[in-house]
Amino acid sequence: MALDTAVVKKDFPILHQQVGERPLVFLDSAASSQKPQAVLDAMQHYYETTHANVHRGVYAIAERATAMFEEARTKAASFIGAQASREVLFTKNVTEGINLVANSWGRSNLGPGDVVLLTEIEHHANLVPWLMLKDQLGIELRYIPVGDDSQLDLTDLDRLLDGVKLVGVTALSNVLGTIPPVRRIADAAHAVGAVCLADGAQYTPHMATDVVELGVDFFGFTAHKMLGPTGIGVLWGREELLEAMPPFLGGGEMIRDVRPDGFTPNELPWKFEAGTPPIAEAVGLGAAIDYLEALGMDEVRRHEVELTTYALTTLAERHGDDLTIYGPAEASERGGVLSFAYKGVHPHDLSQVLDQWGVCVRAGHHCAKPLMRRLGVGATARASFYVYNDESDVDALSEALTKTSDFFF
Amino acid sequence: MPLEDLYREIILDHYRSPRNRGELPSPPAHRVEGYNPLCGDEVVVFLDVEAGRVTDLRWAGQGCSISQSSTSMMSAVIKGKTLAESRAVIRAFKGLMSIHEHHLDGDPDSGDPGNGDGEMAATDAEVKLGDLEALQGVVKFPVRIKCATLSWNTLQQGLDEVATS
Repeated sequence: MALDTAVVKKDFPILHQQVGERPLVFLDSAASSQKPQAVLDAMQHYYETTHANVHRGVYAIAERATAMFEEARTKAASFIGAQASREVLFTKNVTEGINLVANSWGRSNLGPGDVVLLTEIEHHANLVPWLMLKDQLGIELRYIPVGDDSQLDLTDLDRLLDGVKLVGVTALSNVLGTIPPVRRIADAAHAVGAVCLADGAQYTPHMATDVVELGVDFFGFTAHKMLGPTGIGVLWGREELLEAMPPFLGGGEMIRDVRPDGFTPNELPWKFEAGTPPIAEAVGLGAAIDYLEALGMDEVRRHEVELTTYALTTLAERHGDDLTIYGPAEASERGGVLSFAYKGVHPHDLSQVLDQWGVCVRAGHHCAKPLMRRLGVGATARASFYVYNDESDVDALSEALTKTSDFFF
Repeated sequence: MPLEDLYREIILDHYRSPRNRGELPSPPAHRVEGYNPLCGDEVVVFLDVEAGRVTDLRWAGQGCSISQSSTSMMSAVIKGKTLAESRAVIRAFKGLMSIHEHHLDGDPDSGDPGNGDGEMAATDAEVKLGDLEALQGVVKFPVRIKCATLSWNTLQQGLDEVATS
């Protein structure tokens, strides 16, 4: 059944508000998505009826809280095609997940001169943890270049892979919308004995995710970009890798035994979950997964391709050369994230004026400064779509752009 | 908040027709760079200082209309001023912006004592900000205050460097 945005929009209380006399037009879901009533209710209900710390109490509500927390893990595992829920680690967000891999796997497996291969389109989350290891361990970083067609240029991949121990690649660019061939890159990494990490922050909210089909070893995603709450994300890792890795953060929950002179870590996945976890947030993530699965991830993607096609076509028709949209030209080859430049108006000014018309877009470097330099711009404006956006939102953006032009020129 | 409070006509005029944009050979000119890490805006200020006076000022870089027009107006008002007069203008301008900046992030650099309530130090009372007062509307848009103050902080750093060299 096709996704009906008129119905979907009703589920999101925040979208019912008006800015002046206009509806709020939210086009910044790539930064953080809005939440449906079902997610808000699930978290509220958990706090009102069930809250207690997990994995501790033997009383009824504590057992129920633990069951709900672990049920969310099972849902997350199934949502990304993981073989077992013990491969699913709850983290704060993808950033923390990548820091976990860098610090736990990285410090055990990397030394001076070892190479980590990244790409020119990575978010700072998949750059800075490795740059820190470069400073601390003396590892070398290399980058798969991005071509003028916004696709990764894999021509020299074999040469770039020489001496590589880990490849880190985004599954969907938060700036260009590019969807790199993760499977091909992961296979090439494995052929030289390297492991492959994919940053799924922008991918999992929008595409059916199967970590086994993607062929990667580590995969991160975050709840708040997929209708869930902030403060919880997932790092999935292949079990044998996670088993061999030392804990990342130490504290309660992640231990089996503690003595004055040492400790024994807990089993997976709790070995990597120090301290009281975000329990209500896990419940919220579970509710978000239920909501997305009810829509159907294939429908979510189909809707996004249709809306992106409409946006690329109508914006080009109405604004011509005044508007530059970055990223792959074909909607089917990209995510619903449109970075753009308009008539030389600085993105901050654009965003400020669009806001007056109730249109929320992001302006800035999108935590991808190396890519901004590669594109030769300091910043871009960015509109991004999700399940509650429709053609009227694109039309509102288009009209607001025209008004921006009237204002500045 | 009406947009016209932020984008006053004089601001748009400086944005469309920036004054003193360009570079000066350095040396002899003093060159100083400023960055706004939040948005990636950057400015480079070139200062010719002779006998305690800013005889020429040029600037380069990229940024939004607020940062570009603020820099343009700054260049027009500072050119020809003595170092002491320049510092007085900087203090007065930061006073115009400081209440809110101070509240926002507790920036200890946001003004002199007695300046926190937006009043200028007594010695600067006669400083005329002229067109620059058009930027006062920026304080109603707190996110944009850093856009307006970027080049002023950069100029201040440049003057400090000139004084110590």
